[in-house]
This record gives sequence, C-alpha cells and structure tokens, in this order.
Amino acid sequence: MATYNLTIPLSEADVRALHVGDTVMLTGVMVTGRDAAHKYMVETFIRTDAVPESEQSLYEELKALLKGSMVYHCGPVVRQLEGGRWAFVAAGPTTSIREEPYEAEVIEHFGLRGVIGKGGMGPNTLRACQTHGAAYFHAVGGAASLIANAVKEVVAVYKKEAFGVPEAFWVIRVENFPVVVTMDSHGQSIHSEVEAASKDVLARLVGTG
Amino acid sequence: MDNLRDSFVELVRRASTNLSGDVEAALKAARDRESPGSAAAGAFEAILENVTLARAQSTPVCQDTGTLIFYVHYPMGAHVRALQAQLEEAVAEATARSYLRPNAVDSATGKNSGNNLGGGMPVFHFTEWESDVLRIDLLLKGGGCENVSTQYKLPDTALKAGRDLDGVRKVVLDAVYQAQGKGCAPGVLGVAIGGDRGTGYVFAKEQLFRPLGDTNPDPELAALEERLLRECNELGIGPMGFGGRTTVFGVKIGAYHRLPACYFVSVAYMCWAHRRARLEIRGDEAIFSQEGD
Ligand code: SF4
Repeated sequence: MATYNLTIPLSEADVRALHVGDTVMLTGVMVTGRDAAHKYMVETFIRTDAVPESEQSLYEELKALLKGSMVYHCGPVVRQLEGGRWAFVAAGPTTSIREEPYEAEVIEHFGLRGVIGKGGMGPNTLRACQTHGAAYFHAVGGAASLIANAVKEVVAVYKKEAFGVPEAFWVIRVENFPVVVTMDSHGQSIHSEVEAASKDVLARLVGTG
Repeated sequence: MDNLRDSFVELVRRASTNLSGDVEAALKAARDRESPGSAAAGAFEAILENVTLARAQSTPVCQDTGTLIFYVHYPMGAHVRALQAQLEEAVAEATARSYLRPNAVDSATGKNSGNNLGGGMPVFHFTEWESDVLRIDLLLKGGGCENVSTQYKLPDTALKAGRDLDGVRKVVLDAVYQAQGKGCAPGVLGVAIGGDRGTGYVFAKEQLFRPLGDTNPDPELAALEERLLRECNELGIGPMGFGGRTTVFGVKIGAYHRLPACYFVSVAYMCWAHRRARLEIRGDEAIFSQEGD
C-alpha cells in the first residue's frame, strides 16, 4: 500500500502502477455525473447511430474533458456566488453501484482513467478497468465538507436545467482530493476480498462454518 | 417557555455541525489502532479532518442530514402542541440556513417539501416526567445507514440462531456482515430485543442516544454488548469497507417484553456520523450539551 499524488489527465502507466489499498491524492479537472448523466451519455452518445445535432457541442466538450480524466459519482450541494459563479458546499460521494449498467461503456467510449464514488462496483466495471486501464477510486462517505474544500473551482456546468443540481455535469478543478483505490486495473477488488474474508470469520463466530 | 424557537434552531445546528466528544474520541482511538499509511488509517484521517472543518465552518458534518428524531421530556403542564409547532418552525429555519439539507420527499409524488417537514417528519416522542426541566434530545439518522438497518425473527435456521441471547449475538453479527461498508462504516449499533416489529425498531434507535462509554445496567446485556463489540471488529470490514480493525465502535442493547409467539431482534445501524445533541430549559436558561464535552 502506497500513497501517490497524481495529476489529471492520467496516463495508462499511472493507473497500471496502482493497486488496491493505495491512497491517492488527485489534482486536476474531473466531471461529476450520477444517474441521469450516465443514462444520457450511454443513450445519446454510445448506443446510437448518430449523435443529435443539438447535443454535438456537449459531446465534443465531454470527449475532451473526460479523456484521461474521471467521472465522480456525486450530487453536490452548491451555492451561487456574486457574479454568477458556482461553489461546492458539500460534495461527498454517492453510492456507485447504480451506474453499473452503464459504466463499462462510458469508460471505454470516453477513455476514462477512473471512476470515483462509494461502495464499489460490479464485475462489468472491474473488467472494463482491466481491459482499458482504469481504476475505481473510493472517496470517504460522509466527508462532505472536506471534499468540498478540495474543490477549488467550478469550471462549468452542463445540463443543470434539464437534470437538476444534483444530477448535472459539474466540471470541477480539485486539489488533493483524497481517495483509495478499491478496484484496480489488475482485476482486484477490495470489496470482494473484504466480503469473502468477513464471511469466513462470520461462519466461525456463529458456528455455521 | 414562550419562545424557544431560536434555542431549537441552535440545537439543530449543533447536532448537524458539531460531532459530540465521545464519538470524536472513539474515531481518534480507531485511527490510532490502524497501521499508519493503510487505507483504513487514511479514511479515519479524512473523517477526522472533515469533523474539524465542519465544526469550524458550522457546515453539516455530512450532506445527508438524515431523519430528525426528537425525544422531548416535559414537565407537568407544558403545552405540548405549542412545543411541537416551535420545533417544526425551527426545523424549517435550520433548513433555510443550510444546517440541514431538504430531505423530506413525498412518497407518492416524489416532490421534496423543501423544509424537512412532511408526513411523519420530523419524528417526535413526547414524555411527561417529574422534573420541572424541559429536556430535548435530537438524533440525526442518515439514509445510507438506515438502508442497512434490519430486523430478524428468531429462531433463524440458516444462522443457527435460537431464541436466546446467543441467538441475538448471531443475528447481530450477520447484520454487520451484510452491511459491509455500505452504511458508512464504522458504525454504532442500537439493538432491541423483543417488542413488536414497530416498537422494536423505535427502541433500537433509542439505544443510540446512550453515551458510548456507559455500561448497561443489566449485567447479561452488558456482557453481550462487550462481546459483540469485540466480535464485530473481528469481521475486519473496517472504515468504508476498506478492511481494518474498527468496524463498529459501539453496541447498545435494550430488551422489551415480547409476545410468547414472537422474538424480534431489531438492529439500528448508525454510521460514523453519529450526530446527537441535547438542550435543557431550566427556568430562563437554555443549556446545550453533547456527550463527552
Ligand atoms: S450513511 Fe451517514 S455518513 Fe454515510 S452518507 Fe449517510 S449520513 Fe452521511
């Protein structure tokens, strides 16, 4: 287990060097996205023959932003500052498993190097991480103020009117955002390891083993 | 006791932004038990830094400010309906001041009320007592950990859990195993033995008001609490499910009578953001306190 300071965009080598249990401080630009955003990306950009004209410019923006970067599963509490800019007030991670039906395709299509959230994800995402050189980064659930303080700037926001504040694509610049690798690009997942180990202990303690 | 609204807003602010001393001390002790540089140690560092920031900025410890559960002990002759109205006003005001996230969603329409008031929200328990002090205890119960709270009916064949305290022990261990890190571990367990399905859950949550360092007056339950604390931590799930030495940092058990036909064990799982605060009104004085201050 090691600690890394990494700057986004990440290279494939950056990600391949990481293993489950490593702590990483992330700096750079990433994009928030949860349920509505994932459904939209997959239906509008990926499982389609042609991206509609009206969505073309956002598609280009997202392609540029996400290459080598990450999607953060987060529905922030935001505040509008004087002059119209936005700031994050609370920005803890939300449960990631809801995006399991979409994430593998998003990783592949946009060339993500990571996904950030809480609770871990399933076998499809794990396989996509292995094939395409990405990792699942676990943020600390409930650490809303700490993470909001790591968000130094809200660079842009897309789909705020259509999806609402928590579901919008918030483009944020973070500095030293603390996360732990819980699924790596080598097929390892802390979530399944811890579950299996605790299952054995449970069997011993209750006498069903 | 005419206008207590401002004191009630302050009670909510404290509960949401200032983690009580006993919880913070337990989290620090947990950090010190993990090996430096491990993922678990890092998680505790982040949690503790977050707690300090929230207190300094007067911002919520966690963005999910949960269900507000009030226990009100009032002197004879108090005007309970007026008290409830003032508490509700205070909750709406605390939401407007961002101490609380708007968290009350109409189950039929999906519409958020915007002020944390709605059917069954917040939760009130009013009890008259001998004292002439008005005492209000508040607990904020998050949604993620509510989702992993659970109830068992003994006997449970799969877990070989019979209708006795050893059976209780087995199902509580199973509850913690099933929760893994999903309730934002490490957690505190409020456990109720007996009651019916409704009272069991309410009584389980009531256990969460107990100071972490207290001792159960019933020696058998006290022994079970101690054993469960140790055994839950043997599961090794750790903070956020990263693996580690602290999975649970408190086990509090209460027992109700039950029907001969029923034996329920209700487990209220509380996340690390175990937020509670107390207000006492003595004459004209408003006294705020939190465990371990
Ligand atoms: S379970 Fe607790 S710490 Fe986790 S998000 Fe919910 S309220 Fe916050």
